[in-house]
Amino acid sequence: MIWNSPAEFFAMGGYGLYVWGSFGACVLFMVAEPIMAARRHKQILRTLRRARIAEDLDKEAK
Amino acid sequence: MSALLAIVRRDLLLAMRRKSEMLTALFFFIIVVSLFPLGIGPEPVLLRKIAPGVLWVAALLATMLSLNRLFAADHADGTLEQLALSPTPLGLLVTGKIAAHWLTSGLPLVLLAPVLGVQFDLDASALGILVGALLLGTPLLSLIGAIGAALTLGVRGGGVLLSLLVLPLYVPALIFGAGAVEAHISGLGASGHLSLLAALLALAVFFAPWATTAALRVAME
Amino acid sequence: MSNRLINWFKFASPQSFYPLAGKMIPWFWALTAVFGIAGLWLSFFVAPTDAVQGEGYRIIFIHVPASWMSMFIYLVMAAWAGLGLALNTRLSGMMAQALAPTGALMAFLSLWTGALWGKPMWGAWWVWDARLTSELILFFLYIGFIALQAAIDDPRRADKAGAILALVGVVNIPIIYFSVKWWNTLHQGASVSLTKSPSMAQTMLWGMLLMALAFWMYSIAVALMRVRAIILERETHTEWVKELEAVKR
Repeated sequence: MIWNSPAEFFAMGGYGLYVWGSFGACVLFMVAEPIMAARRHKQILRTLRRARIAEDLDKEAK
Repeated sequence: MSALLAIVRRDLLLAMRRKSEMLTALFFFIIVVSLFPLGIGPEPVLLRKIAPGVLWVAALLATMLSLNRLFAADHADGTLEQLALSPTPLGLLVTGKIAAHWLTSGLPLVLLAPVLGVQFDLDASALGILVGALLLGTPLLSLIGAIGAALTLGVRGGGVLLSLLVLPLYVPALIFGAGAVEAHISGLGASGHLSLLAALLALAVFFAPWATTAALRVAME
Repeated sequence: MSNRLINWFKFASPQSFYPLAGKMIPWFWALTAVFGIAGLWLSFFVAPTDAVQGEGYRIIFIHVPASWMSMFIYLVMAAWAGLGLALNTRLSGMMAQALAPTGALMAFLSLWTGALWGKPMWGAWWVWDARLTSELILFFLYIGFIALQAAIDDPRRADKAGAILALVGVVNIPIIYFSVKWWNTLHQGASVSLTKSPSMAQTMLWGMLLMALAFWMYSIAVALMRVRAIILERETHTEWVKELEAVKR
């Protein structure tokens, strides 16, 4: 093990800001991007569902 | 070949009828270049150092101004579709249009550059290299720009989009063009830069009209 | 032979690719997690401290994979685009469109981590180093591609115009890289190389490779997620979309 304590791990030998700034940004964006993609998928599914319901109501009205 | 000359002649004639558009881009070039000493200060050493870069960046921007009109008018009045239907291959006609664009927007920049270079305290030999680099580089700008102009034809916000697409592709031309003058001033010799610029030009002459034609066909579908 | 060809074209239709992509996504997420955890473990707990750069060098484990992926994704995007132009398949354009934002993100992350590395190593957030500069231009190319596709309303035209732009870009990338490198040597730029530490320990290399694999799997997974949304958006009025379970519910 190269780290003696958690504090040492987070300090990264004085480079904490840079190392965690890099990894943090990566994690942030790589979590946000799939969420956005999933939301886009859900959005279009919802639109499609609504269109189908509208269509069904149309048929019933006739 | 005669079709190519005919289209060059036609575009030149049209440009002559609408001189103001051409002159606007030209004055834009002059004004942008003249603003730099005002913003940076008049020390000759500094000006000599930034001159190639400033002139080249201004040339890129001035070219962007006129690119919009390269196909727009012909697209709007249906001439472009007639050209596409004509028995002459569209690629050849596109080459003619690009050549005319260079003659009306690139060549005037080349001719004006030495005058503006004097403002930046460049000596005669550096001015010669500057003109040579621009002579090789401005056709390259027209050729690459034509691809962007064809891609953004009739597209929302075409003008800004065009610069977003084309300016990154201009980087090599800018580096070798401005670098040629810088290398000459620092005594390294500009032949390497100029021959690379010529190689890029040869490559672009070959591929750009082809890509432009493909983009135009997509736009006209 | 012809049988196999037909099979390929069957999967090239959005209708059969949509459920297939749905089945593949969890697998790619699982692979991302496996490679990612292994890579992070190696890069933080196994790889030794660098003699010159101290702990700061650990940024390499995401900087290099992000740079690799940003270039690789552009190539893949251009390949899809070329395929779309040549064979006129609908799916190709959608794949190119789905890949572009991920590629742009990778280019951005590469720039971001490069800046955070440059600050302690070179004393500046930004250095006009050949690699960073070409990465910046690559980022611009991605933005141009995305902007062009967003500006054209007709998806078929957007696909084709984007394809031409991607192919022009792919021809230009080596030229741009070479010219920037030339420019950099002429101006005596930064001499410290980000990627080539004099003696890279074996474990560092493995960590980097594992992280690159994780980034790769991540890119595939997220691109597949996006392409599923794009397929539905484009095929709204087709029968098969109306027959989907998720829509019927």
